[in-house]
Amino acid sequence: MADISSDFLGIKSPNPFWLASAPPTDKKLNVLRAFEAGWGGVVWKTLGTQVKNVSSRYSAVDYHGSRVMGFNNIELISDRPLYINLREIKEVLREFPDRAMVVSLMADNTKESWHELIKQVEDTGAHGLELNFGCPHGMTERGMGAAVGQDPEIARMVVEWVMEAATIPVITKLTPNVHSVVPTGLASVQAGTNALSLINTIQSVTGIDLDTFVPNPNVAGKTAFGGYCGPAVKPIALKMLATISQNSTTSKVPVSGIGGISTWKDAVEFMLLGASNVQVCTAVMKHGFRIIEDLCEGLSYWMDDKGFKKLDDFIGKSVPTLTNWEDLDINYHIVANIDQDKCVHCGLCYIACEDTSHQSINLDYGKPYNKYTIKEEECVGCNLCQLVCPVDCCITMVEHRKGPEYLNWKDFQRLGLPLNDH
Amino acid sequence: MSISNFKLTTEEYEANFADIHPPFENLTAALVEANRCIFCYDAPCMKSCPTSIDVPKFIKQIATENIKGSAHTIFTSNIMGGGCSKVCPVEKLCEGACVYNLMEEEPIQIARLQRYSTEIAIKEKWPLFTRKPSTGKKVAVIGAGPAGLSCAHVLSREGIDVTIYEKEAKGGGLMTYGIAAYKVTPEFCEDEVNYILSLGGIDIKYNQEVGKNLSLSELKAQYDAVYLSIGVGLARQLAIPGEDLEGVVDAISFIHDIRCKGYDQVKVGDKVAVIGMGMTAIDAATQAKRLGAKEVTMLYRRTQEEMPCTQVELDIAKLDGCRIVWLAAPKEVLGEDGHVKQIVCSSMVLGEPDASGRRSPVDTGETFTLDVDMVIKAAGQMPFEALVADNQLANKYGKIVTDSNGVTNINGIFAGGDCVNGGKEVVDAVQAGKDGARGILTYLGS
Repeated sequence: MADISSDFLGIKSPNPFWLASAPPTDKKLNVLRAFEAGWGGVVWKTLGTQVKNVSSRYSAVDYHGSRVMGFNNIELISDRPLYINLREIKEVLREFPDRAMVVSLMADNTKESWHELIKQVEDTGAHGLELNFGCPHGMTERGMGAAVGQDPEIARMVVEWVMEAATIPVITKLTPNVHSVVPTGLASVQAGTNALSLINTIQSVTGIDLDTFVPNPNVAGKTAFGGYCGPAVKPIALKMLATISQNSTTSKVPVSGIGGISTWKDAVEFMLLGASNVQVCTAVMKHGFRIIEDLCEGLSYWMDDKGFKKLDDFIGKSVPTLTNWEDLDINYHIVANIDQDKCVHCGLCYIACEDTSHQSINLDYGKPYNKYTIKEEECVGCNLCQLVCPVDCCITMVEHRKGPEYLNWKDFQRLGLPLNDH
Repeated sequence: MSISNFKLTTEEYEANFADIHPPFENLTAALVEANRCIFCYDAPCMKSCPTSIDVPKFIKQIATENIKGSAHTIFTSNIMGGGCSKVCPVEKLCEGACVYNLMEEEPIQIARLQRYSTEIAIKEKWPLFTRKPSTGKKVAVIGAGPAGLSCAHVLSREGIDVTIYEKEAKGGGLMTYGIAAYKVTPEFCEDEVNYILSLGGIDIKYNQEVGKNLSLSELKAQYDAVYLSIGVGLARQLAIPGEDLEGVVDAISFIHDIRCKGYDQVKVGDKVAVIGMGMTAIDAATQAKRLGAKEVTMLYRRTQEEMPCTQVELDIAKLDGCRIVWLAAPKEVLGEDGHVKQIVCSSMVLGEPDASGRRSPVDTGETFTLDVDMVIKAAGQMPFEALVADNQLANKYGKIVTDSNGVTNINGIFAGGDCVNGGKEVVDAVQAGKDGARGILTYLGS
């Protein structure tokens, strides 16, 4: 069996799955249940000056009959008294000393506030701190959360304040509500943060009630922009993570990956792009803590299949395959092939290609089943037909190189090769 | 042994004749199924529907919660899409062609989804169609069955004033009078007819029968065109001794009585033999059982390979406890005091293929005898041969000959449905009505 235990800046956990700072980690009751279920660690819901929340707080995007493809909240940081949170953190640490306990922080915007908060939290015995520079609503209006994370210089200043006081590892959590996460990530690393985590939620409007005309969630006939998360944001999070992994400075610190992770496969993808561990929230808000079992088992079986003994064997493995477009090999060419024995004659490949792509599929009418075949000379290898095909392995992309040698766009221009080749 | 009514309690009748294919209970249930549909292009289900309902489109419309649009899509192709969703043998039509079958998965429940949208439309009386201004042209339609109603609806939408003459007291034809009550209730049929008529421009005159109190030549003189959708009516005779004994009935009248009189008013035997293995035979056998018959035996002179009903229908009969005897041809009905007592059957074997391509049964000379007190004949229906011949309509064994637009040999007279095809599904008749309407519109120059 593969070893899935994790060591993040010396913070050890039996598996790389932490619960992200969010409602599931806002009190002892939940966190104990999570640890009993098997979670490796938690990032305790953000502590700071106590706030007041509204009702309702959540809304979701459903897609094609599936609930909560995307999730949105307008909840603020912890609305419980600080002393209770601190006491409960201490109690949980005593009951589960083998699990990671990181505490998310968002102090008021003064050095003294940060120093005071850090001291109180460190007194609990927590293993690490996560700086919430990402909350996109409610706190920004008070000059906190994303207001910090969106300005690299403010982030640098706050991280410097924190590093003056902190004696345990500090993770800076980045907001995605920026053109690029790299400037704030870079400033934070330069200011001394021990690690980064990303992404926080993305500002959103999930939808509008077509009877009341009020966007969701409805708070007495009004609403506010919320933070979007869940499976829908995963591709965006992966891209942002990759940019941190590609940067020569930010790639030097460990990264905790966050953003729509629901399955062990999602987690593996984040780790392949450089995350040392992952944090999960929406998936447990939909299904409860019990999903940890499959997260661990799926990861472990996959590592066994691939021959990986420990997490470090594959963390970051996919990063070198991400390159710039102009370095891609133009001579690489693939052509679709339809396995006629597997084809169910649904025509989805045909209509997608015919209406929106390269008219590369033949249609021979039949009753009731049409026959679809690829016009190999027309096919540009775009994958669309394969993507829409409902049958596994019915459409495959077969390699037909245009030339034996590697040829990228820069070479192509330099050699003055013709553009009109199809 | 006796033939009697009131064999069961009211509760038992209710349970036995309850909806065999229950509808989706709510939108969520319909959405789960609608979202399974992969929205095929040039879809096999659509091509397998005689009325070419755009199935992927109407299912997608349910998925987007555009139920009104979904109902409109269905009714545009098939104005009896509500009834068809309950009575169509979908296993050999749309659902039989669903691509999920090729993935060894259950096909999409197309009929049930179709029922979902159409039942809401009918219940809410959504006015999904508007009539063009009257052209002043008048067309008579003979028979308010599926073909006649379908033809009338298309014509009225185009501004033609339609009068339907119907020999029964209600519209709907075989949908109302000839189908098992556990598939479609008489109340639904009435609602469906009323919904079709709510378009306006269609007047139905009931209890009017051509050849009795109505003459085709007079109608032809009064109207710009006449559409014949008179169906088939006469039960095929077995032409065996004992056929006139009390207790020998034809399936059409048996089913007709169940639908018109109420379950407890229809007499059924304790031991019933049903002759035939078509859809009507199944409907008669299962309903005889559900009315309280102790034993029902279905006799068919060929084998399961050749049976006209679908496997799904056969399974209903088997699950109802009907016994099936293959290769059994009725030879004689024996009686006592004028009542049925026994039926003698010849044992058959399959010989060479006949004109229909099916292997024909050959008598082995051996017989067997069953004790029965009722015999239901469901060996097919005969066209109205005399009526057709008397009116000089070109025909083939009584089936009116037309082109693909319902045009007959007589100028201004059109025909379609069972009276032309000899007896097919409701959905075929609906399409025939559309084809006939197209022929009439062309003829009238509109």
